[in-house]
Amino acid sequence: MTYPFFPLPDDQRPDFKSIAGKYKAPEKHAQLLVIGAGPAGIAAAIEGARAGVTVMLVDEHPISPALMGMDVPFQFGGRMDGSVQNQERMLEQVLGSNEELALAFELGVEIELSTYAWGAWIEAPGLHSLPCPIVGLANESRSWLVSFDRLVLATGARDLNLSFEGSDQPGVMGAQALHALLIRYDAFAGRRLVVIGSDELALKTALLAIARGLEVAAIIEAHSEPAGPADLLAALAAKGVELITRHVPLKARGNAEGVTGLTISAVDGSGTSREIACDTVCLALGVVPVVELLDVLGLKPVLDATRGGWIGKAGADGATDAPQIYVAGDCAGLGGDAVAQGKAASLAALRSLGREVEASSAAPAPAGPDVLAYRSFWMRTMLATGGRDVLACVCEEVTRGELLGVQPPRYLGWRWNAMGRRDLGTLAKDGPLNQDQVKRLTRACMGQCQARRCREQVAMLLEIESGAEAGSVPLAGYRAPVRPLPLATLADMEEHPDMGPGWDVWFGIPTQWIHFKDIGTEREREQLGENVHL
Amino acid sequence: MSGNGASVIIIGGGVTGLSAAWWLAREGVDVLVLEKGIVGWEASGRNGGGCTHYMSPLFEEEQRLWPQMDELLGYPTEYQRERIIFSVDSTQVTFYRRMIQGKMPPQFKWDELDARQVREAVPLAGDNAAGGVHLHFGGHANPQRTVQAYAFALQDLGGRILQHTAVTGLESEGGKIKAVLTTRGRFACDQLVVAAGPQCGGLLAMVGVDLPMAPARAEMIVTEPLPLMPLGGVDGNGLYGRQTLRGNLAYGGGPHEWLENVPAEGEPPRPSTPVLRNLARRLYELFPKAAHVRVIRSWAGVIENTPDGRPVLERLGSPENVTVATMSSVGFGLSPATGHAIRDLVMDGQCGFADLSTLKLDRFKDVPADWRRRQGWYQPGAEAGLELAA
Repeated sequence: MTYPFFPLPDDQRPDFKSIAGKYKAPEKHAQLLVIGAGPAGIAAAIEGARAGVTVMLVDEHPISPALMGMDVPFQFGGRMDGSVQNQERMLEQVLGSNEELALAFELGVEIELSTYAWGAWIEAPGLHSLPCPIVGLANESRSWLVSFDRLVLATGARDLNLSFEGSDQPGVMGAQALHALLIRYDAFAGRRLVVIGSDELALKTALLAIARGLEVAAIIEAHSEPAGPADLLAALAAKGVELITRHVPLKARGNAEGVTGLTISAVDGSGTSREIACDTVCLALGVVPVVELLDVLGLKPVLDATRGGWIGKAGADGATDAPQIYVAGDCAGLGGDAVAQGKAASLAALRSLGREVEASSAAPAPAGPDVLAYRSFWMRTMLATGGRDVLACVCEEVTRGELLGVQPPRYLGWRWNAMGRRDLGTLAKDGPLNQDQVKRLTRACMGQCQARRCREQVAMLLEIESGAEAGSVPLAGYRAPVRPLPLATLADMEEHPDMGPGWDVWFGIPTQWIHFKDIGTEREREQLGENVHL
Repeated sequence: MSGNGASVIIIGGGVTGLSAAWWLAREGVDVLVLEKGIVGWEASGRNGGGCTHYMSPLFEEEQRLWPQMDELLGYPTEYQRERIIFSVDSTQVTFYRRMIQGKMPPQFKWDELDARQVREAVPLAGDNAAGGVHLHFGGHANPQRTVQAYAFALQDLGGRILQHTAVTGLESEGGKIKAVLTTRGRFACDQLVVAAGPQCGGLLAMVGVDLPMAPARAEMIVTEPLPLMPLGGVDGNGLYGRQTLRGNLAYGGGPHEWLENVPAEGEPPRPSTPVLRNLARRLYELFPKAAHVRVIRSWAGVIENTPDGRPVLERLGSPENVTVATMSSVGFGLSPATGHAIRDLVMDGQCGFADLSTLKLDRFKDVPADWRRRQGWYQPGAEAGLELAA
């Protein structure tokens, strides 16, 4: 054959089967789009409204009961009561617990509640087809796209989970989820808690629970000394809360309704254990900055052990490496002044849009404790006491032993000797360990919670087993949609008119599918116009 | 890292390069795979996993080998035989039939399915099913697991893989490639196999060989797991993919984005885009009973295509110790057979089991430098370097 190999009508140029020109205009446009209506996000939205730009503020609360049941975005541990089914009550709760939201609304901010931001895109290497910067939004019934000039991500932090035997049953939850159920939703179903961890987060969580009339049976710390400040410890001691150091959770007992008690184990190797009756085990070993959308945008998180681990990379005014994207609040690092950060990010974004607003920057957050060292000690201790049969990934039912043996998932029933000779050590000989690679081999982190319950602990286990430094194994990447969305919700039912006619299973290259014996024959010419293939 | 090299060096630790290395190592050949990242990290480990390439001269070998691969490799590939392709559009069903009729050698059996038969065979299909075909051959495997299986099996036979090693130059002498220069030193070789996906063109350009190819990004979506259908290899309605053995629905298709040239080092950017909504729509149409199933992930991969979308699989005349293998975006399923063919080309100079004459590079000798523009294979507004891609 001679070039060209197949006919290309002028009206199919550029490649009609490619994405070029097939984006429909987004449903809405906001000059300033803010994701997350916590203190940082609201401050950012208010500044934008005051400067006179169009502002949209998106927040996923109140979360649908379906996502709560999947431990998204916090580890709710099934401890929400029936009132979360009542959407109107939930909405009232969220508005009632967030007075600043009313101010933003009065200033003209368009507020989208119960709305997930599941994807975000800007022009970048490997992505030039976008007509404009876009965020993907959804609720439980539909998804849509919104365009923006500037995006402030104030996505906060989620729970850190370290699992133990029985921790996959209702009643084992995270501190962020407890906080949300107590304050934002007033919908917590537990009564008697054990709090795991003793840093400021854990102690404040325990005090909050007590203030809400709940019973805190004990606070458990693996280290020999509590990690939190003395005044909080004294306040808890005054309430008669027992602090048990040098112990870790070993096993949660339970019935059909979930946890009924926790067995804790001494970390001194003596094997002594103790039973504590409770209906809730609250993991308060730390929170994890939510960097999902940054990662999806191609803005790689950076590691800062004193600011919560992997965080958004940004300057004092929240500017990232992408001119359209700003970060504020916990997702930019824990411990900062969220309101000041939100304001600074918004003002910087507004200035970049040519608005004459004051310059502002948030004072850098004081360096906090080394969370990686604290968590890693906990993980090491729980691995030593709990052993290798504990699930490292609940969704995919992968035990610590299977993970560290880099074994194929159980459902394959693979029992060949060759695989038995492979483990993390043999894999590490071929190059630095990569969580995404281990994930695909073992399926740990591949489940429906989108690795919210296991991403950090799997990385820590890989580091501990391989003797690597804490934080040295890069976390598994994030991919859109960063919220699990039903097919029918995510589906675009009103797509660009060229999307259907230009749709092809593969590249739509007519010559690609001609049988090799037909190449150069009359049969090839006949088939070229059709381009049909399996 | 020593610079002592190997008898055969393979550039590219994707599915084609690793299969070739494994086939050579089975013969006792000293083989070294150079991979700029991690094995199977790009499109080799992220694709539909289909193993049904009836148009290829390697088809019969592909079909012969897949059912044996788990056993031959000693590691799981998750290969599952058979495939159902059905549609919600009766015109498309007619096309499916026409594509197969008279094309399949007689040993490959297939049936037509009417709408009722589709619904019986595919529990997630709905009232909109129009009909389809059931192939009693072909099938699917798990891409990442298969790539790793090749890599492990290769190592078990004494073959070597150097990850995180990018090629920076090729040293030639007397019409042959003498050594490969990399970010980790110089490796001498007797023979070289270039199986580097979208990098093949750039690598061959180093020795004055013109292999026109264009990279593009394609995308897939993955749902949470759901109960296994009797047959996981079900697709259609403009989608390729499968239900995995874990139960996830993993499907792709639809518009690709033509890219500028990919970087020689590091991972090419591979963002998913809002196209995942269009994929979700077609998967929802294909499987209405999965409407409530949640999408939890997306994949994107960068893949190369030659100007006619067909592979180049050839032992070059000059340099005469170089074998080229670009599969032009359709490499995973054929990989057991491609590796075998490369083994033949390297050791015997020609393929002993298939006629590869349609896959020679010289068919592109008249392709003009601006072929990507002429074919419309570019993204308007991002056309820098387009001509260089020839």
